[in-house]
Amino acid sequence: MVIKKDQLVKQLKSFTINFGPQHPAAHGVLRLVLELNGEIVERADPHIGLLHRGTEKLIEYKTFLQALPYFDRLDYVSMMAQEQTYSLAIEKLVNIDVPIRAQYIRVLFCEITRILNHLLAVGCHAMDVGAMTPMMWAFEEREKLMEFYERVSGARMHAAYVRPGGVAQDLPLGLLDDIFQFVEQFPLRLDEIEELLTTNRIWKERLVDIGVVTSKEAIDWGFSGVMLRGSGIPWDLRKIQPYDIYENIEFSIPVGTNGDCFDRYLIRVEEMRQSLFIIRQCLNLMPTGHIKTFNKKFTSPSRIEMKQSMESLIHHFKYFTEGINVAPGETYTATEAPKGEFGVYLISNGTDRPYRCKIKAPGFSHLQALNNMAKGHMIADVVTIIGTQDIVFGEVDR
Amino acid sequence: MILFKKFSQQLANYLPIVSTQLLKNEWVITILPEHLLFSMNFIKKHIGLQFSLLSCISGVDFIGKEYRFCISYDLLSLVFAQRLRIKTFLNEITPVTSVVSVFPCANWWEREVWDMYGIFFENHPDLRRILSDYGFEGYPMRKDFPLYGYIELRYDENHKRIVAEPVEFAQEFRYFDFETPW
Repeated sequence: MVIKKDQLVKQLKSFTINFGPQHPAAHGVLRLVLELNGEIVERADPHIGLLHRGTEKLIEYKTFLQALPYFDRLDYVSMMAQEQTYSLAIEKLVNIDVPIRAQYIRVLFCEITRILNHLLAVGCHAMDVGAMTPMMWAFEEREKLMEFYERVSGARMHAAYVRPGGVAQDLPLGLLDDIFQFVEQFPLRLDEIEELLTTNRIWKERLVDIGVVTSKEAIDWGFSGVMLRGSGIPWDLRKIQPYDIYENIEFSIPVGTNGDCFDRYLIRVEEMRQSLFIIRQCLNLMPTGHIKTFNKKFTSPSRIEMKQSMESLIHHFKYFTEGINVAPGETYTATEAPKGEFGVYLISNGTDRPYRCKIKAPGFSHLQALNNMAKGHMIADVVTIIGTQDIVFGEVDR
Repeated sequence: MILFKKFSQQLANYLPIVSTQLLKNEWVITILPEHLLFSMNFIKKHIGLQFSLLSCISGVDFIGKEYRFCISYDLLSLVFAQRLRIKTFLNEITPVTSVVSVFPCANWWEREVWDMYGIFFENHPDLRRILSDYGFEGYPMRKDFPLYGYIELRYDENHKRIVAEPVEFAQEFRYFDFETPW
């Protein structure tokens, strides 16, 4: 009997594996259905929505002010950046000016938030890939930054500090000095983290040429932020459509060349250094003055006024129960959140509640390209790619 | 302002546009759902527009209107650093053509609109629900869907599994209308 050669080839069926939703490398609650051929990923089908809390629906039933804290809870590692987007959207709808000091405080804390986010992104990415130490060091630094959050707002994470028309309260005495202390010592910590990773052979072997995204693909998949810059497109909303006082501030945008995970890691580290540079400028340029808009309809009266004048007391009560009336209109306001373009599409119909508040989360667009990025890679590289996309499920699932 | 006027006049020569608006300095054009795919393709690829990045697709429910749903496509031109919003209005039974063939990233955004509003996208490669639970019924972002939903889940100690029950409240849901407070 003659055995034909083509009969000898083993018929391999692809193998389906369930990754998550409770896998430590799934960054929360990602359920991935992976179709594997041996160890090669043929198809990755992310199932999201396990952390869906109906934020957009809830916001429709809250006043404009009550809706603000929901933005902390979207991407829970870059809180103030999102409050800022929402505040900017409302400010755009009602046409109010924010005092310069408040704008500086916002930018200062926006950049602190960026460091906060990138430390987690780099640290957790390193841990997913197998390096424990950078995460320990990164979290040490994150604690210090969250202490700044706490001193300014009373909450370590969910600050609700940036408000429409300014910020909630003025900086406490001595905070800027302590932020300066932090800025002085942080580059050294960053160098230490880089020493462990940037030239590390294992780290490079796991990251270089993994998850390559060309610039065309990056645009097609609607990427933004680091994911877009990693593919060689110099696009940063802080530069191109500047908001608050970013136009007065000097900084540069790092751009990748290969569009692989390693480039994106380098960009994150460089962005942290740039953020430090911005924070330094904010500390030096921080003006004195008011921290809330002069349009009294959109701010709460101060405690002193409230104790002395009946009208202020009434206004205070109305401000926090009824909220603010926003003129009918709509806006899509986007800012450069640490993860990418965070947008708020806000429609108001003239009442005290948003008629519709659509949240454009950068992670949503990134995650949907996972199939494209992971196809043809090994299963272990899927973890690297999820790490480099910097997925946080609070914002993806909303 | 002048730029927008020029843009809207020029665009009206090529595309069947219903209306153009400048809302809070943002460019908005309205297009009928049947012209959507062609128009999006044109706007993406025309050398003078190049709105090649689709930021987001959002559904809106204007309940009580004849065409109650609005879908907004937020486009971004990286070359001209300009944003453009394309709107289309439809009701429960009009289908709208999927733009996945033009913008691959529309895939999940359209799935989300389908999940939340029940707007059907023709020629969508994979129109499954995305954010809601497996086996969920109804379209939660519609204005006539109650905030608290219809079904609640709890762990049943007797059956040792999660059971779904119709939602029950000790107190009625209170909606404070501050338009006429006192």
